[in-house]
Amino acid sequence: MRQERFEAEQAPPWDEYQRLLARLEGRPSARGAPSGMDLGGFPRLYRQLCADYALARGRGYSPGLIADLHDLVRRGHRRLYQRRSRPFASALVFATDTFPRTLRRHARLFWMGLGLLFLPMIAMGLAVHADPEIIYSLIDSAQVAELESQYDPAGRKPGRETDRQADTDFAMFGFYIMNNIGIGFRGFAGGLLFGLGSALILVFNGLSIGAVAGHLTRLDHGGTFWPFVSGHGPYELTAIAISGAAGLLLGQALLAPGNRTRLAALRLNARDAVILVGGAAGMLVLAAVVEAFWSAGPAPAAIKYGVGAVGWVLVALYLGLAGRGARGS
Amino acid sequence: MPRQIDSIRFNETPEGIDLELRVAGPVPRALALFLDGLVRAGLYLVLIPLSALADTGVGLMLIGFFLLEWFYPVVFEVRAGATPGKRAMGLVVVHDDGTPVGLPASMIRNLLRVVDFLPVFYGVGLVSVLLDHDFRRLGDLAAGTLVLHAERRAPPRTIADTPPVQVPPGFALETQQAILSYAERGPRLSAARRVELAEVLTADGGIRGEAAVRRVEGWASWLARGRGLEAS
Repeated sequence: MRQERFEAEQAPPWDEYQRLLARLEGRPSARGAPSGMDLGGFPRLYRQLCADYALARGRGYSPGLIADLHDLVRRGHRRLYQRRSRPFASALVFATDTFPRTLRRHARLFWMGLGLLFLPMIAMGLAVHADPEIIYSLIDSAQVAELESQYDPAGRKPGRETDRQADTDFAMFGFYIMNNIGIGFRGFAGGLLFGLGSALILVFNGLSIGAVAGHLTRLDHGGTFWPFVSGHGPYELTAIAISGAAGLLLGQALLAPGNRTRLAALRLNARDAVILVGGAAGMLVLAAVVEAFWSAGPAPAAIKYGVGAVGWVLVALYLGLAGRGARGS
Repeated sequence: MPRQIDSIRFNETPEGIDLELRVAGPVPRALALFLDGLVRAGLYLVLIPLSALADTGVGLMLIGFFLLEWFYPVVFEVRAGATPGKRAMGLVVVHDDGTPVGLPASMIRNLLRVVDFLPVFYGVGLVSVLLDHDFRRLGDLAAGTLVLHAERRAPPRTIADTPPVQVPPGFALETQQAILSYAERGPRLSAARRVELAEVLTADGGIRGEAAVRRVEGWASWLARGRGLEAS
């Protein structure tokens, strides 16, 4: 069949296809509700167009026509294969099912992450508690003095100015979001450096937290420090360990790819790792809420310790049990 | 077969056709990055006055900074396929099978941007882009994404309505396509160039000058339309 006749014969479905495509490419508001019925024919028209494109190439029609058809195919492909996103429904499934299950599948790396965070933390805490000089090898003296005055039991409340109001809580909330989730994300990305970046970030954070805790306890400032950190600690520390574990998952793909090529293993692991990071970010948002609006609050120390203990139990139950027995996914 | 030096990749779709993916190199991507930097800087400037609204404003500003730092590219890529800078450069982010990028892949490639940025100003990313056949930085490699040139805005094409002349036997399909392509692109070439190109094809018959152009256009007309009323 000659090109001109082919073009003339196929013009009506092509025009119809272009009409639907224009509607699909328009802004969502301009698409209008009643178009739903109308668009039903789009996949059929698209397949027809694909066949026409293949014919045009096979028959050696003019490059201009082939390019035009390819352009139409490409635009349709983009619309037809667009992922549907329903953020709220999928966020619920993510939190109750996908995230905890994915984490349990990588339990070994999670324990490694926890170990890399907590072992240096405990060791540094004990060392600083025993020897007052060690903290200065990690944190400079100006910052140490700042910390001391911040948690001084005789002075103001920790994390709170003398006359701190609800307003300040919100400013601190913004700061915790930016700072802590940023640390979580970097802990994940560092995993691409053969896992080293993640491990370093975990160890360094562990050392710093341990040093501060040990130092303040030795100065008898523990009475203000421990109630302050107990509330948000369970969520924040666990989440940092999880994002570190996500980075280790990337590192694992590069160091021990198994039967796959390193690239294929990286891709596979990255898919799970980003789920872990997303979950960790959610936990860090929760931690920031608790830290800003509860930890600095006026509740007595006993209640704060209680809330902290309940927090650890909740985190353990959530990560250990959520999504168990749910339908396979 | 040795790899062609070409920036077009083919991906077979479920419909059994080859979709062309034109991967974008480091220069347009760097320019897009620069434009996005400007847009982001503008957004930062918009956020800073929030700090005047006492501490609640500071909190909102910091959250805004956080979102801008990590989610600016993700939001635009998932919603529109490209950040404003990429869109201005005619680029689009897709999965390596040519489908629009989704949330997980976009998150991976943008969180790993931190590593591509090392040690200064996308050093790692640039090395990766230059080494990889498909111009992928590390984030793209891990996420399985490509950055493509989005649009091919085709100029209008018509094959001049000259009287058809039968094509001599023995012209291969590629030659016939070259003749059709010549006819479509003719109006955008200079007269001298048209003659020069046409003479390549008509040299065997000894036809030269304007006559060669008319002869090749006649062939194109015959290829596209047949002998006037002839069917099939």
